[in-house]
Amino acid sequence: MNTQISRRNFLKSASALAGATLVVGFDAGKAVAQSAGTSDITPFVRVAADGKVTAIIKHFECGQGTATGLSALIAEELNMPLDAVEVDFAPANAALYGNTLFGGAQGTGGSTAMADSYLKYRTAGAAAREMLITAAAEVWGVSPSDVTLKDGVLSAGDTSAPIGDLVSAAAQLDVPANPTLKDPSEFTIIGNPDTNRRDNGPKTNGTATYGMDIQLDNQIVAVLLRGPRFGGTLVSHDDSAAQDVPGYIRSAALPPQAGAGVIVYAQNTWAAFQARDSITADWDFSAAENRSSDQMKADLMAAVNTDAEFDARGTPAETAAALKGAAQVIERDFFFPFLAHGTMEPMTCVVAPSETGVTVYDGCQFPTAVLGAFAAVLQIPQEAIEVKTIYAGGTFGRRATQTADYHVEAALAFAFAGGQQPVKLVWSREDDIKGGYYRPAYAHKVRVGLDDAGQIVGWDHRIAGKPIFKGGPFDAALVHGGVDNSSVEGTRDTPYALPGMYVGLTDGKTPVPVNWWRSVGHSHTAFVMETMMDMAAEAAGQDPVEYRLGYLAGGTPDQNRMANVLRVAAERSGWTSDMAEGHSRGVAVHKSFGTFVAEVVEISGNADDGVAIENVTCVVDCGVAVTPDVVVAQMESGIGYGIGHAMRNEITFSDGEVDQFNFPDYEPLRISDIKSIETHIVPSAEAPTGVGEPSTPPSAPALANAIARTGTRVTHLPMAENGVSFA
Amino acid sequence: MANSLKINGQMLSVDAPEGTPLLWVIRDELKLTGTKFGCGVASCGACTVHIDGQPTRSCQTYIEDVADTEITTIEGAESDVARAVHQAWNELNVVQCGYCQSGQIMSAVGLLTENAKPTADEIDDYMWGNACRCATYQRIRTAVQRASDILEA
Repeated sequence: MNTQISRRNFLKSASALAGATLVVGFDAGKAVAQSAGTSDITPFVRVAADGKVTAIIKHFECGQGTATGLSALIAEELNMPLDAVEVDFAPANAALYGNTLFGGAQGTGGSTAMADSYLKYRTAGAAAREMLITAAAEVWGVSPSDVTLKDGVLSAGDTSAPIGDLVSAAAQLDVPANPTLKDPSEFTIIGNPDTNRRDNGPKTNGTATYGMDIQLDNQIVAVLLRGPRFGGTLVSHDDSAAQDVPGYIRSAALPPQAGAGVIVYAQNTWAAFQARDSITADWDFSAAENRSSDQMKADLMAAVNTDAEFDARGTPAETAAALKGAAQVIERDFFFPFLAHGTMEPMTCVVAPSETGVTVYDGCQFPTAVLGAFAAVLQIPQEAIEVKTIYAGGTFGRRATQTADYHVEAALAFAFAGGQQPVKLVWSREDDIKGGYYRPAYAHKVRVGLDDAGQIVGWDHRIAGKPIFKGGPFDAALVHGGVDNSSVEGTRDTPYALPGMYVGLTDGKTPVPVNWWRSVGHSHTAFVMETMMDMAAEAAGQDPVEYRLGYLAGGTPDQNRMANVLRVAAERSGWTSDMAEGHSRGVAVHKSFGTFVAEVVEISGNADDGVAIENVTCVVDCGVAVTPDVVVAQMESGIGYGIGHAMRNEITFSDGEVDQFNFPDYEPLRISDIKSIETHIVPSAEAPTGVGEPSTPPSAPALANAIARTGTRVTHLPMAENGVSFA
Repeated sequence: MANSLKINGQMLSVDAPEGTPLLWVIRDELKLTGTKFGCGVASCGACTVHIDGQPTRSCQTYIEDVADTEITTIEGAESDVARAVHQAWNELNVVQCGYCQSGQIMSAVGLLTENAKPTADEIDDYMWGNACRCATYQRIRTAVQRASDILEA
């Protein structure tokens, strides 16, 4: 990451806020300028006249701990206790708060928040420190080198003052172009395992405010009656029965170009749900997805059993030649179902009229897309839209879509209500489960050739599924030669040194809307890679850990880091030690989002009598772990998410209609499903990478590999629907 | 229809038709938004409140069924057990997105009120109905045990 900082890119703003206030930050230069059209300032830290320091958080908080991690960077460079730094979420303004790793768009995803922020926030904090020290030195007539800043107090010899006293003077100074960052040996907050989350208080006493909790004067509730099949259109609707629902206001058909549905308005949420249930509608399904899951699966399986549409790595002919000379070929097909994200808080968004335009209250994952959506629907300039980012009740990718789907709905609901009163769009759990934007279903077919010694000589890997980015705003960046990177990531770029590897891709075609889902393509590719490596080791009669290490011995930095987490996971899990009777272990390791994670799952039982997950050992290399306990929590979370879905979740269709409706048939992971998780962070001085997603990819294959030791190799998910019972 | 409710020690009058789930009365009428809407079918526990001290899913409890009861929401959870649970949750950094945690805490308070020293299996049994999509379960289990220790000390 290039973090060239110039004076031009810094802001000192005493005027932005009343009184003497110091606001310091920087932008990432060209990337932001090119994408956002303007290049000005990025204020990350605010020092108010009373000395109060606030970290302005440019990413939303969906539980991943960003508010804690980014404020820790500011507190570290300002030599302050973390809990003395207040936290505020940034407004929507890509010129100020763009994510360099998103080409300058403002948004959170791909486990990029810390990777993009680490130097930006430390630099902002260091600049504020230097300005306060310089101001004190000038006022006191001493050398800056004699002034220290600690715990909000500036000191030189016998003189000292709280920073609030020097804010006014500091605000007159030029922002230092290259402030000196603290040496890592002096860190007291970064890397401290005792750092607590900043949001513990409000999230345990009921005061944390989510979108669902926004209650404005004169606010009405809007819900959508959606078509039962994706791609269907509304013909007509009848709301006469809804007239009897107390609190029902009215309904309005969405314009066809905005989707297929009816907006239902009511005075409160319950009335809106009741009214919606009583409205009948007719739909035109001629362009809809009308298939059932069996056919949709068969179509994807057929696609991986024939020539691929696109070559993502190598050529089929070269790999075919390599396989021809193999002593044995192991072969397996895989299937991964559509999956809903199932955020604990269903989608919601509140839009209210403001003096300049509208105010949007949202657990806002992708402000750049949200601004665009509201501006387009309401036909107002982006400057007229204020986005208030509030806590999000989970995302797993769902709150950012390339069409800003629920934001468009909220904008339409606001406009169709007349644009004069606040409107809260509410999704029910049924909307969430049946509402699309799923992890796309994927099929894989892999044939691996081994020589006499069990070594890999060729790897033919076919993939089919609906691409996520193709045809969308990121197409130019992420689709090359017809290959959507999100369909193949984790295969063609594997750190394993695999000879004769071919990866072929065929796009799945369906009107079902798909989206990134925690770990995106890695959510299926890691399962396939790690299952095939396990089967190859088995066929070679070698230990699964040692066998993998053999393909990570090339000495590249990626191979070294991947091998290291694998070795440490083997040690920590007692891989070579005896297990309790009836126990089995499986291992998987994967690189995603720049982070390396190895996991060993230990189970008891077997597929017929019931599998119980006794323990998961997780080892992560994410570079510098800024807030280690947050890293551990994210590892636990990603493991639960990966294993829970692999065990028993799927979205299926009957004649185009989603079969599942709510948690009873999209059963979440429960507390009793995993008895224990032990996480170990390997020490690293590398730049920090992401932790929100990378523990998900290896979790399901490690479980599958453990189950395979009991005699059942499961490669079609979910496991519970494909021959594995759980205790 | 006017109904009288006793919530967090206060008698309140609300206008809601028969058949309205207590959840929506609490959230939309009384603006006590700490109690969350997660599924509406008593399958996730985010809406858990105490009715006469018993953890109850407010999405499947109706306004007409709670007259003459004492309702406690997360905002009113101030017993010694609740304080210990809060402390344990904070010490162990249980929360992530936090949306389910009001319900988790109301269930944990119910558990520790009934059983001061639950085993891991007893915690799993009692807390099973409270879903957490962030999968903070391991910390919930540990925090319940920590709260138990705090109360014992």
